[in-house]
Amino acid sequence: MIELRQLCRDFLVGDQTVHALDHLDLNIDKGEYLSVMGPSGSGKSTLLNMLGLLDKPSAGEYLLNGTATSGLKEEQRASLRGGHIGFVFQSYHLIPRLNARENIELPLVLAGVAPKLRQPRVDELLARLDLVDRAEHIPNQLSGGQRQRVAIGRAIVMEPDLLLADEPTGNLDSKSGLEVVTLLEELNAGGITLLVVTHDENMGARARRRLHMIDGAISRDWQTDSAESKSILTAKPPTGKPLTQKTDGKAPGEF
Amino acid sequence: MRFGDLLAFNFKAIRRQRARSIMLLIAIAIGVLAINLLTGIGEGGKQFVLGEFDILGKNVLIMVPGKKETTGGIPPLTGETTRDLSLRDAEAILRLPNVSAVAPLIPGKIEISHGSLSREAFTIGTNRAFFPMRKLELAQGSILPEVPMDQAVSVCVIGSKLRRELFGSRPALGQWLRAGDSRFRVIGILKDRGQGMSLDMNDAIMIPVASAQSLFNTEGLFRIFIELRGLQELDKSRQRITDLLKNRHDGEEDVTIITQDSLLSAFANILDTMTLTVAGIAAISMLVAGILIMNVSLIAVSQRTSEIGLLKALGLPARTVRLIFLTEAMMMAAGGALVGLVISQVLLFMARQTYPSVPFATPSWAMLGSITVAMFTALIFSAIPARRAANMVPVDALLDKTAG
Repeated sequence: MIELRQLCRDFLVGDQTVHALDHLDLNIDKGEYLSVMGPSGSGKSTLLNMLGLLDKPSAGEYLLNGTATSGLKEEQRASLRGGHIGFVFQSYHLIPRLNARENIELPLVLAGVAPKLRQPRVDELLARLDLVDRAEHIPNQLSGGQRQRVAIGRAIVMEPDLLLADEPTGNLDSKSGLEVVTLLEELNAGGITLLVVTHDENMGARARRRLHMIDGAISRDWQTDSAESKSILTAKPPTGKPLTQKTDGKAPGEF
Repeated sequence: MRFGDLLAFNFKAIRRQRARSIMLLIAIAIGVLAINLLTGIGEGGKQFVLGEFDILGKNVLIMVPGKKETTGGIPPLTGETTRDLSLRDAEAILRLPNVSAVAPLIPGKIEISHGSLSREAFTIGTNRAFFPMRKLELAQGSILPEVPMDQAVSVCVIGSKLRRELFGSRPALGQWLRAGDSRFRVIGILKDRGQGMSLDMNDAIMIPVASAQSLFNTEGLFRIFIELRGLQELDKSRQRITDLLKNRHDGEEDVTIITQDSLLSAFANILDTMTLTVAGIAAISMLVAGILIMNVSLIAVSQRTSEIGLLKALGLPARTVRLIFLTEAMMMAAGGALVGLVISQVLLFMARQTYPSVPFATPSWAMLGSITVAMFTALIFSAIPARRAANMVPVDALLDKTAG
C-alpha cells in the first residue's frame, strides 16, 4: 500500500543542511499496525508528514496505493489526503468555534457531502466514540480524552485507508490514553492501516510492527508478534554521521 | 464544499471573531452610508430644483426677445439691440394651427396697498392662459377674465401670502387694491403652494397684460409662453413660429425659443455631475475600509494558521481555502453594506419628514453601486490575505501552536 524509495527530506537551518529523512526505504502493507519511535529529531514526525502528504520530499519517491506522489499537483495531493488519509494530532487541532459534532462532520462538509448523508454517519460515530451527550459541546468544554476522541472521529469519518497518529496520547493521562489507544487498535482491527508516532514505550510496544528511527533513517524494523528483530543496522549509515545507540542506553527493542 | 456549508462555516468564523467583524462591518457601513446619503441628498436637491422648473409642461415653449448665438466675433459693445415682442406677435402666434394657447408676460415690482397696509409685490401682467400653463390653482374666486389681450381690466388675482399681509383675517375677494396709480379689484386668490425656488407666487399679484403695460409704461413683452396642442411635430411647430416672427420682424430672426426640456436637461446635467462628484468623494471612504479589510484579514490569516493547516490536511484544496477567506470578507462587506444602506434610508426618511418639499432619495444606481463597490473592495483587498492562506504549506501551518 505504501512504498518509500530512497526518500529524503532536507531542511536548511542557518547555512547548514539537516537531513531529516535520509534515503529512507519502507514498505507498509494494507492493514498493518506500526509504531514509530526514536529520539527527538530522529525524523519521526517528518516521516509522518511525508506519509500524510503534508510535506514534499527533497528526493526519492513515495508511492501510495501504487501512485507515485512526487509528480502530483497540490490539488491532487489534497484530494488524496482528504479521501485516503486520516490524521490524529497530539494537540487535537479541533476548530474551537465548532462543537464536537461539527468538528467530526468537518471533512464531510469540506468534501461537499450533502447534509442528509452526513447526519447518519456523524451520529454513528458519536455513538461509537461515546460522545453522544457531548455532541453539542465545543472543544473548550471537553476533557482531553474526549477531544482526542472527537479528533479520531474526524480522522475516520471519511473512512480512510491510512490513519496517521502523531503522539495521540501525548497530552492525555494514562486512563484516557489507554482508551484512545484501544480505540485506534479497534479501527486497525477493522482493516485500517495504522501508524503511530510515539515516545511512549508502552504504546509503541503494542504495535505489531515497530520502527525505530535515528538521524533520519530507520535503525530497526521488527515484528513484535514474532519477537524477531529485523535489524537494518547493516544498511548504509546516514550520511555524515556515525550511528549512535539510543540515548537512554538501551538497545533498540529492549525495554 | 457546498455553497451553503461555506456560508455557514464563514458565518461561525465571523461570529467567533466578533470585535474584528464589527470593526469591518462599521468600516463598510460608513462607506455605503456616505455614498447613499450624499447621493440621496444630491438627487433630492436635483429633483427639487428640476421640479421647480418643471411647472411648465413639455409642450410649452418659451419665447424670449433677442437672438442668442455665438458668432465667434467680438460682441457688440453697445449691447444687443432687440426688437420688442409685442401683443400683436402673441396674437399672431395664437392663430397658428398647432398652438392652443399663448400667455404673454410682463413682470415688475410695484407698491401694492390696501387701506393703511402696503407692500412691494411681484407683479405679473399676463392673461387667463397663464394659470393652467403654470398649474396655478385657486383657493377662492376666479382667474383673470377672458378678454382680448390688449384690453386693460382693473382686476387682479393675488397670492395667499400677499392676501394675508394685506387683509389678515378679513375677506379679500371683491376688495380693491391700489397699485401705483391704478386700482384693481381682487377676483381670485391662489392656493398656498409652499416656498419655492423660482417665482414665489404666494407673494405675487397677477393683472391683465394690458394693465401691466400701462402700469409699467412699457409695450414690450418679457416672455411669451406658447402652449402647443401636442408634442408631435414639436420641431416643425417651433420652426413655424420662428418663421412667423421672422416675417413679422422684417425678415430678421430676433427671437429665441427655449423648450422646457432643453432647459431642464442642462440643469440636470449640472446637478448630476455634482451628485457624481459627491458620490466619488464618498467612495474614497470605501478605500479606507478596503485597507482596513486587508490589514484585519492578514491578522486573521495569521491567527488562523493552524486552522488553515488543518483544513488542508483534511483535504481542502488551496483554491477552496482562498474561497473561504474571500467569501468571508464579502459576507462581512454585504452585512456592512446592508447596515449602511438601512441607516442611510432611515436618515433620508427623517430628512424627508423634516423638509417635505425636497424629495431626498438615493437613486437606485447609487444603491446598487455602493453595494457593488463594497463587495468589490472586500474582494480586492482580501485577495492578498486569501492568497497567503491558500499558499500555506500544510505542515508548516499545522506546526503553528496558536490554536488547537
